Amino acid sequence: MKHVIIGAGPAGVVAAETLRKLEPESDITLIGDEPEPPYSRMAIPYYLENKIDAAGTHLRKSADYFEQNNIEVLQSRIDAINTDKKILTPDTGEQINFDKLLIASGSSPVKPPIEGMDLPGVHNCWTLADANQIIDRAKPDAKVVLMGAGFIGCIILESLVSRGVKLTVAEMENRMVPRMMNEQSGTLLKQWCENKGVTVLTSARVSGIEKGSQHPLSVVMSVGGALPADLVICATGVRANIKLCEESDIETKQGILVNEFLQTTHPDIFAAGDVAQGRDFSTGQYSVQAIQPTAVEHARIAATNMTERREHLHRGSINMNVLDTLGLISSSFGDWEGLKGDDSCELGDNDRFRYLNLQFQDDILIGANTLGLTQHIGVLRGLIQSKTRLGKWKNKLANDPTLIMEAYLATVQGQA
Amino acid sequence: MQRSLQIDPGKCTGCLQCEMACSYENEGVFNPARSRIKVFTFHQEGRFVPYTCTQCDEAWCMQACPVDAIVLNAATGSKDILEDVCVGCKVCTIACPFGTVNYNSDTGKVIKCDLCGGDPKCAEACPTQAITYINADETGFDRMRAWAGKSDNQPRVQ
Ligand SMILES: Cc1cc2nc3c(=O)[nH]c(=O)nc-3n(C[C@H](O)[C@H](O)[C@H](O)COP(=O)(O)OP(=O)(O)OC[C@H]3O[C@@H](n4cnc5c(N)ncnc54)[C@H](O)[C@@H]3O)c2cc1C
Ligand code: SF4
Repeated sequence: MKHVIIGAGPAGVVAAETLRKLEPESDITLIGDEPEPPYSRMAIPYYLENKIDAAGTHLRKSADYFEQNNIEVLQSRIDAINTDKKILTPDTGEQINFDKLLIASGSSPVKPPIEGMDLPGVHNCWTLADANQIIDRAKPDAKVVLMGAGFIGCIILESLVSRGVKLTVAEMENRMVPRMMNEQSGTLLKQWCENKGVTVLTSARVSGIEKGSQHPLSVVMSVGGALPADLVICATGVRANIKLCEESDIETKQGILVNEFLQTTHPDIFAAGDVAQGRDFSTGQYSVQAIQPTAVEHARIAATNMTERREHLHRGSINMNVLDTLGLISSSFGDWEGLKGDDSCELGDNDRFRYLNLQFQDDILIGANTLGLTQHIGVLRGLIQSKTRLGKWKNKLANDPTLIMEAYLATVQGQA
Repeated sequence: MQRSLQIDPGKCTGCLQCEMACSYENEGVFNPARSRIKVFTFHQEGRFVPYTCTQCDEAWCMQACPVDAIVLNAATGSKDILEDVCVGCKVCTIACPFGTVNYNSDTGKVIKCDLCGGDPKCAEACPTQAITYINADETGFDRMRAWAGKSDNQPRVQ
């Protein structure tokens, strides 16, 4: 059996390892187009902070790891897939044929359609190459404008501040992390950042970037005025890398369409990670989540289903995130916005920047938002995923949402 | 034969010796807030429930870690954090559905039970044998873990 994987990010690497464990004899080829050894994008913020060197971002630490596991790693780009003949033509080297293919090509940042995004000094923060560009320009006291206070924007915010830059954040929506946190917690997060000396502009759209006079760049705001900048970082969203499927019979929408086996519309081709439009545990709908835990979950299931013996069902991944913004930790799980007409409870302490919101369907926890909480938060996933009936604990939680751990022990494990 | 922690909440009196021993062994201070084992109190029922990582087979934390900072200890079966590799991203703290991996803001890293390398101090300190360290197949952990199977998304290929 010959397995080929396109994309050497976390999804590709975990899939390769899973295949190796299940099929010691198969050929496994992992193809990635970036020059570095397989690395984790998630580690980039810590690289920017000088907490780790480039090797600290590598997904597997020993230099001969892939060789040891008999996984062939190729650096090249695949622009099209011949699904009839099951052949890939890399941009370098010879054609590669496959029995089973996994597409784990990830996602890429989108740039808003405004003038000036190609000027020198305007960067994404997506690859190690981007990170090196940012390190060059994000010197102490440099003026930096961060476009987008979404999930990725908020994660790199801290790294930029630690580099000593003068940071302004511009977010189109009315609060920070609008797709992860509700209005109350997103607003508290903004206040926290402002207290720490970061300028946060919300409901603020950048209408274009121009060459500046005193500083190389000038970021023009739609409400009027312009911000001088030495560096502009764009973190305004991501899009699945589906271009390589364009001329094939592999169907795509937001991402590559997959079924509950992570199989595409071609039976021998699977997709996993940021590129896959997989099942969401909460909604039952198929969507692109673009988060690390989902990438790894997809990869293991897809790889298992690529082998001859097994069929493993993907019941859906929980959309979840944890963020550390200048020391304030926030998290979101599942259906944090809740369902119309269903119950929720919340507890907030604005002065101490603490907030907790739980969403229920009947007496089952379906989603949560937290701010300033670091202990035992995983249990929120446990409660959501196990769909445990909370019974009388639902009322107890409504009175005091911090009792999540007690509720879990009492209901899931029957300990009280 | 690998051993694991067996917890019998019925025997726990809530004296917190386990938390003290754990924090002292691992953090060098007698401070229950720094303990990897936690005793939860159910006032109405008058019940105390010590709780920590079961070193589960799924190892959700280990799988989710983006930089390979959580490794299997082959001798004890525990999943250990490599402090010098951990970047403190906290993904493992939301990935663990048992809530037993926690962030320590003082170090910027995460902490979890590592069975003290095979000599768990909590079990040693417990005066009532509510916590014991015994052969893995005798423990009740299979029952504790069983619920995870209900929505288990993970093929077991370890
Ligand atoms: C700065 C930053 C911080 C993040 N923080 C978090 C976080 O805290 N929590 C979280 O859950 N997620 C986070 N993420 C998101 C997380 O990194 C991704 O969800 C994860 O990397 C997805 O893994 P993947 O393997 O699907 O894709 P990727 O990691 O994108 O890997 C895909 C690989 O395939 C390559 N490739 C693409 N097309 C081709 C082709 N045609 N031919 C060959 N190779 C190709 C790409 O270059 C890339 O190397 C963060 C991302 C960034 C950028
Ligand atoms: S916090 Fe550390 S151990 Fe946990 S996932 Fe992140 S890097 Fe890995």
